[in-house]
Amino acid sequence: MRRAATRDRSTARAPIALGVLLLTLFLSLALPGTARAATAACVADAATGCINGTIRTAAGDPAVGVVLAVDGPGGASQATTDATGRWTAPVTEAGEYTVTLDAATLPAGEQLRDPASNPRTVTVALGASAGALFPLGEPTAGGGSGGEASASPEEDASDGEVADDAEVGAPVGASESGSFSWGRLAQQATSGLVFGLLLALASVGLSLIYGTTGLSNFAHGEQVTLGAIIAYIGAQTFGLPLVVAGLLAVMVGAASGWVQDAGLWHPLRKRRVGTTQQMIVTIGLSMALQYTYQFFFGGGALRIVTTTPTMITAGPVRISTTSLWSLLIALLVLGAVAYFLLRTRVGRATRAVSDNPALAAASGITVDRIVRLVWVIGAALAALGGVLMGLYLNATSWNMGGALLLLMFAAVTLGGLGQAFGALAGSIVIGLVVEMSNLVIPSDMRYAGALLILILVLLLRPQGILGRAERIG
Amino acid sequence: MDWSRILVNVAGEIFAPTTAAYALAAIGLNVHFGLTGLLNMGQAGFMLLGAYGFAISTIAGWPLWAAVLVALACAAVFGLLLGIPTLKLRGDYLAIVTIAAAEIVRLIGRSTALTDLTGASSGLRGNSYKDTFQDASPFPDGTFALGPFEYSLNASNSWWIRLVGWGLVALACLLVWLLMRSPWGRVLKGIREDEDAVRSLGKNVYSYKMQSLVLGGVIGAAAGIIYVLPRAVQPDSMGRPMTFFIWTILLLGGAATVFGPVLGSIIFWVSLMLIKSVMREGVPTSIMRTEQIEQFGWIIVGVTLMLLVIFRPQGILGDKKELAIDVR
Repeated sequence: MRRAATRDRSTARAPIALGVLLLTLFLSLALPGTARAATAACVADAATGCINGTIRTAAGDPAVGVVLAVDGPGGASQATTDATGRWTAPVTEAGEYTVTLDAATLPAGEQLRDPASNPRTVTVALGASAGALFPLGEPTAGGGSGGEASASPEEDASDGEVADDAEVGAPVGASESGSFSWGRLAQQATSGLVFGLLLALASVGLSLIYGTTGLSNFAHGEQVTLGAIIAYIGAQTFGLPLVVAGLLAVMVGAASGWVQDAGLWHPLRKRRVGTTQQMIVTIGLSMALQYTYQFFFGGGALRIVTTTPTMITAGPVRISTTSLWSLLIALLVLGAVAYFLLRTRVGRATRAVSDNPALAAASGITVDRIVRLVWVIGAALAALGGVLMGLYLNATSWNMGGALLLLMFAAVTLGGLGQAFGALAGSIVIGLVVEMSNLVIPSDMRYAGALLILILVLLLRPQGILGRAERIG
Repeated sequence: MDWSRILVNVAGEIFAPTTAAYALAAIGLNVHFGLTGLLNMGQAGFMLLGAYGFAISTIAGWPLWAAVLVALACAAVFGLLLGIPTLKLRGDYLAIVTIAAAEIVRLIGRSTALTDLTGASSGLRGNSYKDTFQDASPFPDGTFALGPFEYSLNASNSWWIRLVGWGLVALACLLVWLLMRSPWGRVLKGIREDEDAVRSLGKNVYSYKMQSLVLGGVIGAAAGIIYVLPRAVQPDSMGRPMTFFIWTILLLGGAATVFGPVLGSIIFWVSLMLIKSVMREGVPTSIMRTEQIEQFGWIIVGVTLMLLVIFRPQGILGDKKELAIDVR
């Protein structure tokens, strides 16, 4: 049926090609010359060796933005920990390297458990990785009392010549050895709620776009990254106040949504390119955009705000003021989206298109205009989610959105594909699962737990929590 | 610019082990997508499982044949597990689930909890599992030069791995060719074109889809072994981008064809190598640093995938009538 509709092929061809090119060049034109040196991920091969490690705070959270200097026979270089607390430095010559941690860049209130072992010496061979451990916590040697930082003291007694990267102070042992406490549960639940609401900002857009166009947008994660990166440029390169930078990011995000729909998806729909085909296009777009970000901003962590956030303690729960503000903004914006969808004319039209585009068109709704609007709103929400997520995670990077994408899909599927409120509920569930699974499984597997839920939902209730039971086979 | 060196490098890509591994993985994906119409977005997961299965059992001291069997069995079980919840669902659900499942494999593999088994994110070093494969080589030790191409006979990036890799590619092509002509293959194509019609003929669509998923996955696992033999098992190098490259390769060469994946893989790696080496020589580092050239290459891949899907979804060798992207 669709194959017959190739009449306007020649007319549609040029704008689409142009759209593709425009989109990929979008950033390169918008952000000239902001390329900066950063640590790219290091892969050990015949000519390179890697020194790496992961730095975690005493509470087991990744320590972001810690600067380490590496010096040795292959020359000196610098590494910065990324959003997961991981740092890596490639070396091109084997030998002994000194790794110095810049204690001034540690998050506030954190200190080295063993200051004597900074700087430390690591022996690296080409084609291999060597770990350099810098455990954080109370500086006493026997102090396993520092809460979850119960990484064995033998670990920092070893002279750092570990062939693999040790997740320093990771709650691996801690979570297994019955360190469960109600305080920790409350802490994780709070983090989960914040994370879930921020995730919801991004996934509501994904869900709206799926609802109105039937497109599973694999490039939605890049919209999230875009927001975070624009905020980074605004705040760090141009020195704007954070709020202004955030607003700028949302506006650029909205504009990119408009450009994307006008330049790419609208022409594709007009050409009657099927949604599955469009889905593969989004995959290509996602890949192109991710590497474009990496091209200009490198593979390292980008900190939107470099000051350390002030923490508020309420009972067992510690939360930063930034996270509280983010929570508030997310709630307000999601409330506004709900109001828009339920109470306004355009919102009702959006839901009508979501339900049945043909019927909506027949009843006088301009489907294309609604879809355009949905793209703008979805991209703007994603950008806002990206800014807040970048603040919540302390830093952003070229693949932040990519890493979150599958969680968004999990949330959207959990709530029922195309259901905006389902996406909200699903996001909160996923957020709670991601953060609270820390209590049971190693923290670096927490995303896997959320994805497992995605698969289980599809097995047991494919229409999602709020979706209507219908045949989707 | 040293053109002869660049040309030798580029021509070397034509029969490089990586090219063979990707061709093999794309053949597996072709069984899924080209023949059956399954949108498997997790082919890298099958490869990673194959690589882990092979490497871990070899390190545990198992002989070559047993390790290969373990790798293939891992992929088969993974395919079964994946197929049970998803094969009854619509295409894009399958895509999301397979991509998520592949990520789960990678996340678990790189978790520090399994450092003893999988080496966490730094992976398993090549030398720890290469021996059984290299010992199986009939060649003497040393290097051998064929024209300008000089590689060692057995070690790592060797003639031996090239021989085995391309031998497997040839076998897989033959298998796909035979399957496409067999009654079984016709049922798969029928499912691709119209699932309900096949069901009304009394065929068990679910079971056929499952067989296709497992078969393609097993071919993917073999590709995973070939891919990691000249290097190391690095979970992060076998993530989503790898799946997307395989898709680009398949769509470039032409889905639902016998030689499409092979041609796609060769063109993909040769042109990528050509672009990168010319840029490395020709573009001053003040304009683009070395790692930026690398990223520029991947940007081109992404744009190529988009343009391919929009303008020529059947690829170079394919037939548009045979393309199953939007049947359902």
